[in-house]
Amino acid sequence: MAGLAAAFGSGAMTNSIADIAQADVILVIGSNTTEAHPIIALQIKKAVRENGAKLIVIDPRKIKLVDYAHLWLRQKPGTNVAVINGLMNVILEKSLADEEFIANRTEGIEELKAILPKYTLEVAERISGVPATDLRQAARIFAQAERATIIYSMGITQHTTGTDNVLSIANLAMLTGNIGKPGTGVNPLRGQNNVQGACDMGALPTTLTGYQKIAHDEVRAKFEKAWSCRLPKEAGLSVVEMFEAALQGKIKAMYIMGENPMLSDPDITHIEKALRTLDFLVVQDIFLTETAEFADVVLPGATFAEKDGTFTSTERKVQRVRKAINPPGKAKADWEIICDLAKAMGYEMGYSFPGEITDEIASLTSTYGGILFDRVNSSGGIQWPCPSLDHPGTTILYQDKFARGLGKFHPVEYKPPSEEPSEEYPLILTTGRLLFQYHTGTMTRRSKGLEEICPAGPVEINLEDAAAYRIKEGEEVILASRRGKIKVRVNITERSPQGTIFLPFHFSEYPANVLTNPALDPLAKIPEFKVCAVRIEKL
Amino acid sequence: MAQVIVTINGRRIKTEIGKTILEVAKENGIYIPTLCYEPRLKPYGACRVCLVEVEGAKGLLPACATEVTDGMEIATDTVTLYEIRRTIVELLLSDHPPNCLVCESAGSCELQDLAYRLGIEEVRFKGEQYEYKVEDFNPLIERDHSKCILCGRCVRICEEVQGIKVYDFINRGFETVVTTPFDRSLTETECEFCGQCVSTCPTGALIDRQRKFKGRIWETAKVRSICPYCGCGCQIIIHVKNGEVIGISADVECGVNEGNLCAKGRFGYNFINHQDRLKTPLIRKDGRFIEASWEEALKVVTTNLSKIKTKYGADSIAGLSSAKCTNEENYLFQKFMRAVIETNNVDHCARL
Ligand code: SF4
Ligand code: SF4
Ligand code: SF4
Repeated sequence: MAGLAAAFGSGAMTNSIADIAQADVILVIGSNTTEAHPIIALQIKKAVRENGAKLIVIDPRKIKLVDYAHLWLRQKPGTNVAVINGLMNVILEKSLADEEFIANRTEGIEELKAILPKYTLEVAERISGVPATDLRQAARIFAQAERATIIYSMGITQHTTGTDNVLSIANLAMLTGNIGKPGTGVNPLRGQNNVQGACDMGALPTTLTGYQKIAHDEVRAKFEKAWSCRLPKEAGLSVVEMFEAALQGKIKAMYIMGENPMLSDPDITHIEKALRTLDFLVVQDIFLTETAEFADVVLPGATFAEKDGTFTSTERKVQRVRKAINPPGKAKADWEIICDLAKAMGYEMGYSFPGEITDEIASLTSTYGGILFDRVNSSGGIQWPCPSLDHPGTTILYQDKFARGLGKFHPVEYKPPSEEPSEEYPLILTTGRLLFQYHTGTMTRRSKGLEEICPAGPVEINLEDAAAYRIKEGEEVILASRRGKIKVRVNITERSPQGTIFLPFHFSEYPANVLTNPALDPLAKIPEFKVCAVRIEKL
Repeated sequence: MAQVIVTINGRRIKTEIGKTILEVAKENGIYIPTLCYEPRLKPYGACRVCLVEVEGAKGLLPACATEVTDGMEIATDTVTLYEIRRTIVELLLSDHPPNCLVCESAGSCELQDLAYRLGIEEVRFKGEQYEYKVEDFNPLIERDHSKCILCGRCVRICEEVQGIKVYDFINRGFETVVTTPFDRSLTETECEFCGQCVSTCPTGALIDRQRKFKGRIWETAKVRSICPYCGCGCQIIIHVKNGEVIGISADVECGVNEGNLCAKGRFGYNFINHQDRLKTPLIRKDGRFIEASWEEALKVVTTNLSKIKTKYGADSIAGLSSAKCTNEENYLFQKFMRAVIETNNVDHCARL
């Protein structure tokens, strides 16, 4: 979310899910919403069907939403910036920009204007493969809408240019004045149920709760006082950097709670090596996951149904999670395990109920200031920022001003993905999610019914590529990238464009992340899951 | 909203224009029976059990599809209405299989509730029993046409909410059924297994197959919580019997999802009570995991972490928190890494 923080001053969905119903135009880019966020997809479909909203889909794959779209721009993977710059160039040329909004609410428009003229329709078409006429039409529809919203997800962020992509989206929204009103906004959809919460809570190497910077002395002082401790000042390592450091022998021990990097992280051969190199690994999870197999100690945690607390959804809504059953055997709620561990190491964490922790968070975090446990418990959820007890929460961000004051345009130039198809690896591999499976499958694959409906999925290959390689439906082939090889079964489809292969990452039988590129976006530190170069080898 | 005043069963009620008679009655605690009505759907007005009498109107009007007007005088509980309702329900029961005893929907069946409410001890009509077997071997949704009352809720919710059209009415008259094209299994249709149709079906015609014979609705504890899968944050109700999660439902009246869920949220609950769950701490000894007590496990962890911290410094330790855990747990995890281990090497896999 580094891009949004730079443009607006903070990074989360600006508007609410229910708000989509009020949009005249919905631009979905890099989000296979029907599969990854089904309930939000219902809102989009309803807006199109019942309110006559126009839907523009920008996606290399023929995702389901394309069936509902007014316009579908099928760009080459990794060319989002060229597409958006092309759109913005048309908007400026045709004087469709919202000059009033730009003048009153933003800064940096001149820098953006300086780079846009070279993104003519011809140039944008040449880079992205999207026909100039479609680009022109999309620009018109978007800019002329009274209220236009942009919805995006991992298809935007999981690139080495992820931050650039997000900045471009923010540019487009500000250029057309689509911020701070119902039915507008820049709306990133977070993948896992509590990603928003994990970030808000400071499970990040540079920030404490509510994105308070660890580098700031007064922030550290406040937390040191509350926690009775000394806090380190230097930024920590991000997840991909941690594994790098482990390989270099700089990280010796890891404590991993409820994550399975052995399937979810890029280049897992590399991760396996890193985990093996560690002197000591503690894994706390609900199953003996692929990652837990490498642990020295495994601690049995609890599922969501076995604990109390709160989750924060993608629309910044803090909602109550309630304990329905006890964890099995000696397993314990994860918060209890952390408390026990802290105590064993000589630091008192004497909470008797998660609500006490919720209230501690509120006392240290202005955006969560009014989100006390009792309030969450007796309401349907509260959207942050909610600074005080009498504040109702915020459904739409930046109605009068941005978190950083003025919104900032960033001139973003198109950069090709870090790995482009070559003679040796002529195809592009892109990874993603399926409707019936979730993340690394730890939960869905053990839900028998879902697994039966959606067993380990095949790789999607376009008709023409299949013909060129003489591959038959259901055939097994080898996919090879610069990092590894895996055997996969082929599904021939029109969903994927020619030259692009799609592989879901849920399945350990077909570990997509043996192939993917760990190259990182320099700011957001998100790996390039959406583009890597591969070749097909016949068996 | 323009205010209007209506009278229901002699009671003067102030309300707003644009509301249906049914909505106004509900808001004021006045019962009007329904079968084909469902708040998530457009009014349909087909089952006729919600008919009411309106002063001056030609014939009876369906409460679910009639909007109130100023001065409207409505009666919802007259003898005529009772007779009509009773006849409709008796006709439905006349060809309904009498196996409510073991029906999965007993206790949550709207037909059963209505028959009880109307005091139908005996059905005056003897209808032909309907035999219509559907062999749909999908693992999630069981369909039994013999229990179908043709309310069309499944047809409409699939189309109006999910945006698909898996079911339709076929044949005519007594032969009418609601099914998929050519009676195909749901796995051979566009079905997304969202289960919206199961959630709306008023009878036992559509049920969650995984839940079958796991427990009666009245025996289950119902706990409100949040779906553990994607970031939409759908509100769910967890159904529990004997410490086991046996089903998930959603409340039409709350949350961003308004009673809707997707396949993961509605059917993806079997992992919770799965036999492979970790039930005890494990310690690796000579390459193998040995079951251990909490005390032993925590001792190994603290000894090793302390040793490594002393030898290589706090920044040689790193922690990964979890986007699946609660806010409180994420908060404690980073607090633990920062305050106890004394490093900022803490992250989670959400970037991924
Ligand atoms: S499960 Fe969903 S998609 Fe399938 S038939 Fe029912 S409503 Fe339609
Ligand atoms: S299957 Fe259920 S919801 Fe569908 S028409 Fe029959 S009774 Fe109504
Ligand atoms: S029910 Fe489906 S859409 Fe709703 S939160 Fe769960 S996974 Fe997401």
